[in-house]
Amino acid sequence: MSPRAAVERPAEASLRTVQAPDEPRSPLAGAIVGRSVPRRDALAKLTGRARYVADLDLPGAWHGVIVRATEPHARLLGIDLDPAFDWSQVVVLTANDVPGDNVVQFAVDDQPVLAIDEIRHVGEPVALIAAPDLPTAEAARDRVRLRTEPLPPVLDPLASDVAFARYEIAKGDLEAGFAAADLVIEGTYTVGRQEQLYLETQGMLAVPREDGGVTVHGSLQCPYYVHAAMRRALALDDARLSVIQSETGGGFGGKEEFPSGLAIQAALLAIKSGHPVRMIFGRHEDLVATTKRHPAVLRHRWGVTRDGRLVAQDIDVVMDGGAYATLSGVVLSRGTIHAGGPYACPNVRIRTRAVMTHTPPSGAFRGFGAPQTEFAAEMQANRAAEALGLSPAELRRRWAYGIGDVTATGQVLRESVAARSVLERAVEASGFEEARAATAQARARRAADDRAVGDGGRADHPRGRDEAEREHPAHGIGVAMAWHGAGFTGSGEEHLASVVRVEVTADGRIVLATDSTEIGQGARTVLAQLVAEELGVGFELVEVAETDTSIVPNSGPTVASRTTMVVGGLLVTAARRLRAEVEERTERPFAASYAEDAHANGPTRIVERFAGYPGVEWDDATHLGDAYPAYGWAAAVAEVDVDLDTGEVAVRRIVSVDDVGRTVNPLLATGQIEGGTLQGVGYATIEEARVEGGRLLNDRLATYIVPTALDAPRIDAILVEEPFAGAPHRAKGLGEIPMDVPAAAVVAAIHDATGAWIHDLPASPERILGALQSKEHEVSERTAADPEATEEAVR
Amino acid sequence: MPESRTIQLVDLACTVNGRNVALRIEPRETLADVLRERLGLTGTKVSCDAQVCGACTVLLDGQPVSSCTLLAVEASGRAVRTVEGLARDGSLTPLQEAFIEHAAFQCGFCTSGMLMAATALLEEQRHLSREDVVHALEGNVCRCTGYVPIVDAVLAAAEAGQ
Ligand code: FES
Ligand code: FES
Repeated sequence: MSPRAAVERPAEASLRTVQAPDEPRSPLAGAIVGRSVPRRDALAKLTGRARYVADLDLPGAWHGVIVRATEPHARLLGIDLDPAFDWSQVVVLTANDVPGDNVVQFAVDDQPVLAIDEIRHVGEPVALIAAPDLPTAEAARDRVRLRTEPLPPVLDPLASDVAFARYEIAKGDLEAGFAAADLVIEGTYTVGRQEQLYLETQGMLAVPREDGGVTVHGSLQCPYYVHAAMRRALALDDARLSVIQSETGGGFGGKEEFPSGLAIQAALLAIKSGHPVRMIFGRHEDLVATTKRHPAVLRHRWGVTRDGRLVAQDIDVVMDGGAYATLSGVVLSRGTIHAGGPYACPNVRIRTRAVMTHTPPSGAFRGFGAPQTEFAAEMQANRAAEALGLSPAELRRRWAYGIGDVTATGQVLRESVAARSVLERAVEASGFEEARAATAQARARRAADDRAVGDGGRADHPRGRDEAEREHPAHGIGVAMAWHGAGFTGSGEEHLASVVRVEVTADGRIVLATDSTEIGQGARTVLAQLVAEELGVGFELVEVAETDTSIVPNSGPTVASRTTMVVGGLLVTAARRLRAEVEERTERPFAASYAEDAHANGPTRIVERFAGYPGVEWDDATHLGDAYPAYGWAAAVAEVDVDLDTGEVAVRRIVSVDDVGRTVNPLLATGQIEGGTLQGVGYATIEEARVEGGRLLNDRLATYIVPTALDAPRIDAILVEEPFAGAPHRAKGLGEIPMDVPAAAVVAAIHDATGAWIHDLPASPERILGALQSKEHEVSERTAADPEATEEAVR
Repeated sequence: MPESRTIQLVDLACTVNGRNVALRIEPRETLADVLRERLGLTGTKVSCDAQVCGACTVLLDGQPVSSCTLLAVEASGRAVRTVEGLARDGSLTPLQEAFIEHAAFQCGFCTSGMLMAATALLEEQRHLSREDVVHALEGNVCRCTGYVPIVDAVLAAAEAGQ
């Protein structure tokens, strides 16, 4: 059964085209590409008709729940069922019931579908229960006892001696670099766990089939990841297995790897019970059980010369991968490659590791390792600017990558480098230098007032300063930059060998088929725009096949800012071939002849497989070479108000300038920047999933706080187009880079307001007040304008 | 013990999107349960299930309420409106149109609640400042959009309605 039609119809024609005729158009815009056509899913989502997994109504569906471990590390001795409970009304499964390999398949086969003899984290699935109704399933779950013997947990990542992955990349001569340096900027930075907090919790509906197979409908990003994992654990062949993405209420990486395990679990229960089984997480379970952004400790030593050159970068990164490897190796790889920031440096060493601890597994989250490592790099750049007495914008002008520069992995940047142009646009649009001069004056005024208070000058009004500041919180402005490789790292795209299909069907419809999922970002709209443009037909004529693994080919996961660039590029090539083939037959323009041609000659189907980007070379063994076919570039300027009494920060404005190569849909691209920016602001200021003793403390939405409309700054999103010639449509990725850049800009703005550097994310009020107190002794001693006063800027 | 519970059912009579509804329900059922499971109105979403995120916002006699925690019996004799009741005869409200024009949704999971909270505001007040909108939507979490286009859309709808 399929709760949705096989093909998504274009939105009704009554929808207005968004772009006003006078909207400034990019010189790269075409008839459809570069235009803000309305989203495909608009009517369904605005009228409540869109069907998310919890909305799928299957009469007779049972409810599945998971028995989870409550200890961070233990030996599992047995699973006891309370004899007083009537177990005949439910289905119970344990690891022994997994017909295939008891493994949730990723790069490393370490994570079981159900724990078998060792428990490695709180919340780890141990047994499964399905019942005709949810209260019965939950009652049964309460009657299961796990017999365990506690083992000592490893909770401190720095103390862990098990590494899921390690990288070391080096370039130039580090020692010589430091010898040439006049100043060494050193710092240790930490970043916390961040929850994706997609609004729709994880959910799966598994339906058993007559042929012994199973179909799952779910909230997910990567249908073929789920498909492959199910094939392996359930020992099913492709013919008896379909994965269908239901409408998905956000992912942000959180539905990249996690749904694979849940799909297997739901399928196991469905096959065993013979009923469809729904497993829809409540928010509490979702927070406790699902992956978070890797927390990390980042140590940097940078050597700079007095005349403002960057000559050495020595970087150490430890990421906490949690109990299982999941995607830690690839997250770490991306984090490693981006760790130096978008800055040319002749002598670099980057050493990184992702370690195991007995905490819930870390996993994919928008940015995928880069927000962590780029935060630290930007902190270093801003502190270097301070130590040199340079404007942080001027410092970046000098350091930022340009054409011909060589990255730490030895990649020569040959084209599409927009580092300086995004920087200039951000500086200009925000009035950065003028604002910075004003905040410097305000800081000086406050310092003078403080001295007056200290001298007893305002002793008759001891509360005077506090009141004034409550009304006039300290204002600050800060800048940061980012780069973000689009697509899989290194040889990843070659290994994926993505496939797409574009066809004219026998009844004369145009259908594009990929497994790229619509998770809110607008993939279905953007991909249809690209195909319509190439074929020279109206946008509304291009249908997008349902993301069902029995219908669409494997075009790779919807991750890594790759959908528009990689999958979109394949579709463009396929559409060009389709058009050429039809036009050769009909000797008329495609648009005027394809329908007739289909009726006369039958369907035309083009399958396009990824064949590599020209000139891209990568060595997996050394982690050196062309890490990505192209990079996106971003600069952000943040303005904040800091209440000096409470340490509270209000982010007032973010200007985010992002280079996308070529914009396919300006309105949707802007949406990616705005959404990513606010997630970055949350990361910088309030968001942290706090784990203590292996247990998540803030495990409700009331305690894991995300920004609301009140917290949201004004966001000025500016698109820059530095075309990427290696892609047939010249577009690069955009999904992640807006998340990479705001945190360091916000922290720099807090510093500009207060004079205190916050090294640890989130920059909470407690941390800000703490830093303000210790600043009196440390930082204010150093005069930024006189670098000779500080041989070493130490933490 | 769920397997042996005997449940006293209660009557619920109210209107939902202008239509009379009469049901016998369990007293512990929330309004969201009744809308989604008994009436098939799945446009109302549940995300936090704890009156924090606003995804489940519906209107009760014109006032926005969190249907995830409100007991359905509270709706007795009152008028409930959900996202399914906004568009009439296939034509969208100015607010829905503005959501399209401003791309004020991405994944769509907060959208029903946003639309309902904003509808209540627009019906109550004609002249809206940005602050008014921000305050009215403070209890509605969106993880996708950064709120900017949502606030813009509500302001545009307020203008269009004048
Ligand atoms: S689901 Fe009701 S407020 Fe979140
Ligand atoms: S559109 Fe996804 S949460 Fe608002």
